[in-house]
Amino acid sequence: MDAVTSAPARIILICSGKGGVGKTTLTANLGIALARLGERTVVLDADFGLRNLDLLLGLENRIIYTAQEVLAETCRLEQALVKHKQEPNLALLPAGNPRMLEWLTPDDMQRIVAMVAERADFVLIDCPAGIEDGFKNAAAAAREAIVITTPEVSAVRDADRVIGLLNTRGVAPVQLVLNRVRPKMMASQEMLGVDDVTDILALPLVGLVVEDEQVIVSTNRGEPLTLNGNGSPAAKAYQNIARRLRGEDIPLEDPSKTRKGLRARLMNKIRKTTGLF
Amino acid sequence: MTLFDFIQRLLGRQKPSGTMAKERLQLVLAHDRSDLNPELLEQMRREILEVVQRYVEIDIEEGDVSLETEDRVTALVANLPIKRARPLPALVAAAAAVGMAQAPDAEAPQELAVPLASEPTEESSTAKSD
Repeated sequence: MDAVTSAPARIILICSGKGGVGKTTLTANLGIALARLGERTVVLDADFGLRNLDLLLGLENRIIYTAQEVLAETCRLEQALVKHKQEPNLALLPAGNPRMLEWLTPDDMQRIVAMVAERADFVLIDCPAGIEDGFKNAAAAAREAIVITTPEVSAVRDADRVIGLLNTRGVAPVQLVLNRVRPKMMASQEMLGVDDVTDILALPLVGLVVEDEQVIVSTNRGEPLTLNGNGSPAAKAYQNIARRLRGEDIPLEDPSKTRKGLRARLMNKIRKTTGLF
Repeated sequence: MTLFDFIQRLLGRQKPSGTMAKERLQLVLAHDRSDLNPELLEQMRREILEVVQRYVEIDIEEGDVSLETEDRVTALVANLPIKRARPLPALVAAAAAVGMAQAPDAEAPQELAVPLASEPTEESSTAKSD
């Protein structure tokens, strides 16, 4: 972990406004995927009241210290960073514990992130839901952001609020991940389409994740999908996001428009004109 | 989709829900971003119409003032079909009423009848900060 030779760390806020759209799942999977690509990655759980990143990464039993103790100088940063067993390039740092009465200030956040950034290539900040203090704290140290949303009116509306706040804070670039895409429903126009969402939010898309039951299975196990390299659609989507973040040019395909064979194309056409199936 | 929905859609009576979602979102976001509630917008609409009416006769029923959003820029778009320009004396009276120092000259009425289509005024903004 020599900090001398490397470029400054990318500090990325992962936020959504609305809760339950997949922030933490994205953070966990992206963290693993980046680490696998050789990037020294730290995921920071800024949601200290309802922290869950530890659970998704399977690290819930290994947390002893948090950013709070590091800032209070009761422990060193290395002691608080929880290294992932299978993926040593990845470490987790919880911002605080649920018993904390007072949250750190945006200033504290900047201090801890600066410390972490010295020894990492990527710092992913898992933002709490909402746009109140929790968001403001998490956003204080972020340079860039990924807004994650689902193709639902409430999630898109909340995402729009968050994007507005990020813009006024000068966080850039802000990129979009569209989660829980259901190609069939999109094809029959019973769901907001990919283009609809990108038009409305006017953000560049960095990833499309199709609805995938494997996500639930992996959450149950505490092993992010990107860890086992299994070929599930969501796993691939997360891996592709990681690669795009590193600057690789991987085309995005709208799953509701992809053509497979003549039959699928025909069915698509019928579906589009009639809305049947 | 139920069979009933399907038939409704074939008959063109119902839009697909995805399309409705987009339309509803665009409307609500235009309001969110400008921070104008429907009540204020309605008040503004009435006042704008009032001012315009001093100069030209417009079709109130057809008149439309709304917020539209594209690429995160919200615009106030007014589409006010003009029936005809007001006669000169009425214009002078209107000018006097708003306390203008000078009456407009003779050619003005024709010129005022210009923007039939939309005239986007700018009102940008994203959500407010802290």
